[in-house]
Amino acid sequence: MFEIEVNNRKIEARKGEMLLGALRRNGIHVPTLCHMENLFPTGACRLCVVEVNGQRNLVPSCAFPVYEGMTVQTHSPRVVRARKTIVELLLADHPDDCLYCVRNGNCELQKLAEQLGVRERRYTGAKSAYKLDISSPSITRDPAKCILCGRCVRVCEEVQTVSAIDFIGRGSKATVSTAFEEGLNVSSCVNCGQCVVVCPTGALREQSHVKEVLGVLNNPSKFVVVQHAPSISVSLAEEFGLKAGTDVVGKMTTALRRLGFQRVFDTSFSADLTILEEGSELVQRLTTGGKLPMLTSCSPGWIKFVETFYPDLVENLSTCKSPQQMMGAIIKSYYAQRQGIDPKSIYSVSIMPCTAKKFEAQRPEMGSDGTPDIDAVLTTRELARIIRMRGLDLAALEPQGADTPFGERSTAGKLFGATGGVLEAAIRTAHWLVTGAEMENLKVQAVRGLEGRKEARVKIGELELGVAAVNGLGNARKLLEELRAGRSDLHFIEVMTCPGGCIAGGGQPFNGDAEAVRARMQALYKIDRDEEQRVSHRNESVQRLYKEFLGKPLGEKSHHLLHTHYAPREVVM
Amino acid sequence: MVTAEKDIEEILGKYPNASRDALIPVLQAVQEARGYLSREVVLRIGRHLKLPASKIYGVATFYNQFRFQAPGRNHVQVCRGTACHVKGSAAVLESVKRVLKVNPGETTKDGEFSLEVVACIGACGLAPVICVNGEFHASVTPQKIQDILDSYRGKAR
Repeated sequence: MFEIEVNNRKIEARKGEMLLGALRRNGIHVPTLCHMENLFPTGACRLCVVEVNGQRNLVPSCAFPVYEGMTVQTHSPRVVRARKTIVELLLADHPDDCLYCVRNGNCELQKLAEQLGVRERRYTGAKSAYKLDISSPSITRDPAKCILCGRCVRVCEEVQTVSAIDFIGRGSKATVSTAFEEGLNVSSCVNCGQCVVVCPTGALREQSHVKEVLGVLNNPSKFVVVQHAPSISVSLAEEFGLKAGTDVVGKMTTALRRLGFQRVFDTSFSADLTILEEGSELVQRLTTGGKLPMLTSCSPGWIKFVETFYPDLVENLSTCKSPQQMMGAIIKSYYAQRQGIDPKSIYSVSIMPCTAKKFEAQRPEMGSDGTPDIDAVLTTRELARIIRMRGLDLAALEPQGADTPFGERSTAGKLFGATGGVLEAAIRTAHWLVTGAEMENLKVQAVRGLEGRKEARVKIGELELGVAAVNGLGNARKLLEELRAGRSDLHFIEVMTCPGGCIAGGGQPFNGDAEAVRARMQALYKIDRDEEQRVSHRNESVQRLYKEFLGKPLGEKSHHLLHTHYAPREVVM
Repeated sequence: MVTAEKDIEEILGKYPNASRDALIPVLQAVQEARGYLSREVVLRIGRHLKLPASKIYGVATFYNQFRFQAPGRNHVQVCRGTACHVKGSAAVLESVKRVLKVNPGETTKDGEFSLEVVACIGACGLAPVICVNGEFHASVTPQKIQDILDSYRGKAR
């Protein structure tokens, strides 16, 4: 620790850190566009430039190490002029359609232009013409709005190790695109949407289902049901200016009813159902010599990742459909039957923290007899847009409960929203399945937290299981390489596509920093701490579902409705 | 499965256990052998060097020298160097594009012509200059392009 002088004031800096880090910690805001927390600085956007004594040129603070005795000016006229010029140059080749843009109001470029006081167009020139890429079921690319900050490329390559996109071409013709500039749908993209979350502008966005959903909500011949994923209720609040980690499940349920959804179900219910199926599948694989380790199958980006990059491990994937798809399947079978509704008149919507869920919902495997299990998927952000559109004041709504029978859930199902949660829920139920008794302490601390990989040895009766929870596909890849190299001490591995799990999914609110993600996770842990029903197998509605309809886990009906198979996939990679 | 022919395997064989630093020499050797980088070949190189296709395509499009379409029977190079520019090569290029109905880097549908823009051919005294199959045409004008190109039509290289 030593002191440096910034804007004629002393601040503390740590040896070896970059100047930007010291500035941010001390509450001095320097704008950035290309900077990404925890990744090596590229110094590409130059917005973080500052004046440092003894340096002839402005230096990028993100890539400039601190040293003792340095004096820095972060907002001198020269610095501010340079930043403003950069933004003006970016705007010179940017469409002027802010009013029509999906990021209107939360665009980083728009915000910078405002902060730097850009009020006239100083640079004019020909605008580049690009084609919109709407080929992906999950993500829309609009290169015209791209400012080439490179954040999407880096998250795709360095965090997810997918590398579906890269910088193509050079100079004024440079774009971010796929190999051979083909559609995202034929690339190696796994639809995780992490690129959308880091995009500062409207260049990357989810393939929106808002229009379709609003359409059916006004169609009296449709019976519109909605389910919301475990992580939604702890992240939606941020879209309405509430503190990160506020659980708004009751208010959200009210909002969904006001929007016109006829039934509001909780995906955590089908998470409980997943645990019974998946737990039974694990026990079956353990006792009958099935393929191990078993890999979870709830995260559709991860599924496509395995199909694409690790086809040799497809057999290790659990055959369980994801909770979204299980819910979809039982709504259009059991529920429709029970209520005497024609499944074809049901329109099933899910609110997901995820863009890959849009892809999953339209996979041909995910339906029966040509009827899809799920008709439309909205991200957390899209739900927030619809709520605002309807003029609902979320904070002021009176909380309501979800509908029966798929509104009941255990806290284990709710834990699905954070990395390690599926594993923790599965351990609780596997213990009961194997020993017939509950665990003494249900909390499995070893698999909690935001680390990229968590491993544990778990004793279940006579069995000792090796388990792991990994999040972020880069971390998953490392573990899969170990498996390929012959590692064999693991029996069950939970993988979440996004770093941190669904709470940091590709459909979650923008500007969710590490602190916000942590708060969302803590909110889920608090629910698990505070409530009584903490194991999936005690969910009475799930028990009734088995009694009245499914029979038993892995039974014939389950096999038909709740399980599927995955196959290697050939894409451009 | 990505299949590549013997010539490509031979080139890759010269770079065993290679990684990304071998990418550009490999791309150059492949283009030398094939005249262009096909989709299949890019994917094959990616497997060999353990590089994603997007990365290879990104590197290859950064440099002017790489093509992604098979060259035509006649290869047209239009110089856009400084001297040619001053002498009106922009209009010459427009004329070539109009006559051939292709953009630089592309090949006509009938496979007759391919078009490439080069930075300087080193014949500034002849500006503006175009080069077809290695033959130089000096002091060209947009009006002369049609006749020059027609004289190559149907003629094997």
